[in-house]
Amino acid sequence: MIRFIRRHKLLSFSVAFVAVQLLLALLAPWISPHDPFVQTMVQRMKGPNPAYWLGTDHLGRDILARILYGYRTSLITCTLAVGLALIVGGTLGMLAAFYSGWFDRIIMRLMDVLFAFPILLLAIGIIAMLGPNTWSAALAIGIVYTPIFARLLRGPALVICESEYVLGAKAIGASDTRILFTHLLPNLASVVLVQASLLLSAAILVEASLSFLGLGAQPPTPSLGLMLSEGRNFLLLSPWPAVFAGFAILFLSFGFNLLGDALRDSLDPRLRNTVR
Amino acid sequence: MSSRQLLGRSIDLLIVLFGVSVVVFLMIRLIPGDAVAIMLGANTEVTPDRIAELRGRLGLDLPLPVQYLNWIGGVLHGNLGTSIWTGRPVIEEIAANAWPTIELAVLSLLLGAGLAVPLGCFMAEARGKGSEVAVRVGAIAGLTIPSFWLGIVAIYAVSKLVPGFSSLGYVPFTEDPLGNAQRMVLPVIALSLPILANLSRLVRSAMLDALGQDYIRTARAKGAGRRLVVYRHALRNALIPFVTSVGVQAGYLLGGAIVIEQVFAIPGLGRLVLGAVTERNYPLVQATILVMTAAVVLVNFVVDLLYTAIDPRVART
Repeated sequence: MIRFIRRHKLLSFSVAFVAVQLLLALLAPWISPHDPFVQTMVQRMKGPNPAYWLGTDHLGRDILARILYGYRTSLITCTLAVGLALIVGGTLGMLAAFYSGWFDRIIMRLMDVLFAFPILLLAIGIIAMLGPNTWSAALAIGIVYTPIFARLLRGPALVICESEYVLGAKAIGASDTRILFTHLLPNLASVVLVQASLLLSAAILVEASLSFLGLGAQPPTPSLGLMLSEGRNFLLLSPWPAVFAGFAILFLSFGFNLLGDALRDSLDPRLRNTVR
Repeated sequence: MSSRQLLGRSIDLLIVLFGVSVVVFLMIRLIPGDAVAIMLGANTEVTPDRIAELRGRLGLDLPLPVQYLNWIGGVLHGNLGTSIWTGRPVIEEIAANAWPTIELAVLSLLLGAGLAVPLGCFMAEARGKGSEVAVRVGAIAGLTIPSFWLGIVAIYAVSKLVPGFSSLGYVPFTEDPLGNAQRMVLPVIALSLPILANLSRLVRSAMLDALGQDYIRTARAKGAGRRLVVYRHALRNALIPFVTSVGVQAGYLLGGAIVIEQVFAIPGLGRLVLGAVTERNYPLVQATILVMTAAVVLVNFVVDLLYTAIDPRVART
């Protein structure tokens, strides 16, 4: 264990950094010093003080509590989004590689088209259709990231499909599903893990942007992006909500990006230049 | 590049543009239920008769492929529809709001990409045990700082430090060059930071790759000085992947501009599309997304051509 930490300093640090934030989000109901919804008007727009560690917002709500619960909103939305993209995109990419031919061509063309849109713009378009809320944001981010996983998995899947052990499995009569699940999937796990972590980092920024624009979580949901946009309106009176919410977004996104970067090095040094 | 390659690329371009137009077309047709009622609700009382009448007028009772052909035919003639609320052609509203966004995006790209080259070279030269981690962490921090947060903090800091500085809104350059520059400084810095982080990291690794090549050793063996080798031989080759990435930034820039415009109250395309989403002005949403995406696709196409032009190895294959 100690040797592992020594050898993979950056990885250990990033795992710890992300784990602490996940724990904070997970334990929010128990460790939060205040209720994130309770408004104490006499205490509004206070700076950090012993009763409210990070101060209060324009409605007198505790900033720390709202950040802890905001972590939950952000993590739930982004995990759903990246999970959706991984399942749909990954499946499409692997099937495209596996069946090749016209199926491959049509699927990948479709992915090219989705990929051509600027990420935020496509998300805004999808949310315009579905109405602004957390679930639309999750679905929109998921759709936007689908082509990334499809492209990412198609390449290595193609190589593996041509490899001798898959040919061998085919020769002894293994079914398509068996080859997909026992040969293709395990070999792609490390690529997926790295990319999922990097995309989670990016998704956190996109989700915060959408909420900031009023297209994600709606008030009074505790949301980091929303805190920033509300904080912006009262900036000159009290900068604290905006400042702390921004740090929270930065830490969360930074943690997952560093984790992905460190994972890429540790899992397979050869991947460093190929993935991305 | 051979004319056959050019033809192939152009066909790819057309396919993607076609796909994008289909997605944008469907986006609005697939709105659950009552888009027409909402469109009607803008001016008049909503009755089933009126809805049916408007559906007929908009051609919404025709089969989808026919609707698409009607719509894309109009688009190709510059008719992107009319705004529900103002009744003006949406193309006019887009044209009226495009300039601030273009200025913001181009200036940010110039600043980010311009600084990325020297910074990347510096990072490549300062390679060592300690600085390695610092470079990595710094670049990731640059990538993950929410640019809109940076903008908000900058507005606050400037308002406290330089009381007279007007950082919000937009003034056309032709009317007031100084006021324009003053209002552009903060948004451009905020928007360019992630680009700087991304591209400088790329220049660094491309430089390290290039410096490890045989021709560098040969140049050094011939007696060429270190500076000459770095800037004349290595940098030129390192810039090839750099150019492709600059194209990829176009999509990020337009997306980021939407948020930055909101922070700094700049009346650009971002504000236009957001306003349209809140007002449910669907033709405007549709047209803005189509125009912005087509612009990004075309920029990437041009960069792709440039890439083949500057790298003879690609042109030959």
